[in-house]
Amino acid sequence: MNFMSDLSPADWQAVFLSFKVAGIALLFALPLALIVAYVLARWSFRGKVFLDGLVHLPLVLPPVVTGYVLLLLFGRAGILGRFFEHTFGLVFAFRWTGAALAAGIMAFPLMVRPMRIAIEGVDRKLEEAASTLGARQVVTLAVVTLPLALPGIIAAALLGFAKAMGEFGATITFVSNIPGETRTLALDLYTLTQTPDGDGAAFSLIIIAVVIAFGAVIASEIITRRLAKRIGGN
Amino acid sequence: MLSVNVKGQFGPFDIDTQFDSTGGVTALFGRSGSGKTTLVNMISGLVKPRTGRITLNDVELFNAKTKVNMPARLRQMGHVFQEHRLFPHISVRRNLTFAAWAGGRPKRRPLEEVVDLLGIEHLLERSPAKLSGGEKQRVAIGRALLSSPRALLMDEPLASLDAARKEEILPYLDRLCREAKIPIVYVSHAIEEVVRLADTLVVLSEGRVKASGPVADILTRLDLGPATGRHEAGALIRAKVIGFDPNWMLVKMDVEGQQLELPGANAPVGQEVRLRIRARDVSIATQDPEGVSIRNRLRGTVEALRLEEGPYAEVVCRVGTQKIRARLTRASAHDLGLVIGLPVFVLIKSIAFGRPLGTKGY
Repeated sequence: MNFMSDLSPADWQAVFLSFKVAGIALLFALPLALIVAYVLARWSFRGKVFLDGLVHLPLVLPPVVTGYVLLLLFGRAGILGRFFEHTFGLVFAFRWTGAALAAGIMAFPLMVRPMRIAIEGVDRKLEEAASTLGARQVVTLAVVTLPLALPGIIAAALLGFAKAMGEFGATITFVSNIPGETRTLALDLYTLTQTPDGDGAAFSLIIIAVVIAFGAVIASEIITRRLAKRIGGN
Repeated sequence: MLSVNVKGQFGPFDIDTQFDSTGGVTALFGRSGSGKTTLVNMISGLVKPRTGRITLNDVELFNAKTKVNMPARLRQMGHVFQEHRLFPHISVRRNLTFAAWAGGRPKRRPLEEVVDLLGIEHLLERSPAKLSGGEKQRVAIGRALLSSPRALLMDEPLASLDAARKEEILPYLDRLCREAKIPIVYVSHAIEEVVRLADTLVVLSEGRVKASGPVADILTRLDLGPATGRHEAGALIRAKVIGFDPNWMLVKMDVEGQQLELPGANAPVGQEVRLRIRARDVSIATQDPEGVSIRNRLRGTVEALRLEEGPYAEVVCRVGTQKIRARLTRASAHDLGLVIGLPVFVLIKSIAFGRPLGTKGY
């Protein structure tokens, strides 16, 4: 396709970087989001409202604020930043790892919500039945609750992935816009719109972004339907 | 032996109950709202009583004083719920063997044996969503049986089914109750199920035990009217098949040396059966009547009599060692001059019998 010829190797790099950033973000955020969603859905404890609020904070705050808070906490001088650098040799500030962290945190509330709803939708009576049959709570979680909540979990994961792919505000604030390191698809697109003759390449990137987002939504829909059919839902 | 003595509040139900299940089938009988389900959930560990003690074969499952509260998964109670509660995402086979692969329970009983008992071999590879209501409940019973239970708790397993599905399952339950070697607690508000399956009856009302004892004794107690239900009130008697008259299609039965005839298929001679006779199907005569169509006339004596405030009267007649209940008008009781100890004839229309209630002797 000839419109793709407008894209420079640097633009393609940005596309692949976005996949890498979103993939790593999801790898870490998904299990955490699942745990938080389970805790919010099934436990009752003091401070549950606080946890709920904290999780949703990145959704309601201006992304610039989230990015700036990340910079304060995970910058090389920040408490957590120093901790990670000393213990794991892991640096976030102005690195692609930081972009993944920002993407993961911004996608987090978007994943927790549908996962929580999916887990709440699993009939607790089935969990009771499993316990009378001798199953431990973790086993019940693994073989009853999660499989039944799977369509919702996968939908949540794809939503989170799409969000991580397109994250902009928190990323540019936290890790800046460094070509080859932190310049993801969204940041590259922003850069191109600021460049006098970047329109052709910008248009091509927009097409790619739309295809990726659309593909994620359709994949989510198909997987969800198949699973729901297999579960033989009521 | 399962021994239950608990108090506690759960939602609207205030429970204060004590009963023992010594073996065989103990029916917890009462209207909806009498706390039966809560009580069963307390036994299986899904609901915690406030105070009291629950033991099974001298193992303490719950004791408020010593703070023993064994988790549900360790109690080894085969719990059959009112709604089947099958896991919808796995096959019938995986559901049946769930206790072994997810619960770590030993495989004491071969799958084939239980599958055979419940007639579900053709369903094994199906998904629960593809089963009928009756089939789902049979699988649920099988799943509980295969969890190597130390006692079986059945919480109205037939309540969600229509009459035809109930008839489909009852023979399996009948067999199961006869063959099981563990205590069975069977919860029901349907007298038909109770008289067919139970040995011991515990009548519950608002969380309290109104009466408990052998089924036949409880059914003929006149003071339990509201709890056992007036319209369906009746007695349970045991009889033995002594012959079949193919000409008239009648089965002959022996009851305490007297004879009953009822419609039915040829049953093996010598088989013990239970018969339920509803009080409203029984008439009383002071002399052996002639020229009536009623074929069953048993000699007995009036053992108890209760004249109600309305137009009705309840009479319990002793026939040998057994009791039959009759519901008459107060006027008839007066005109016949019924008093306790009076010899009478107990008249039962042959067609009033349902088919014999299973083959369980008691």
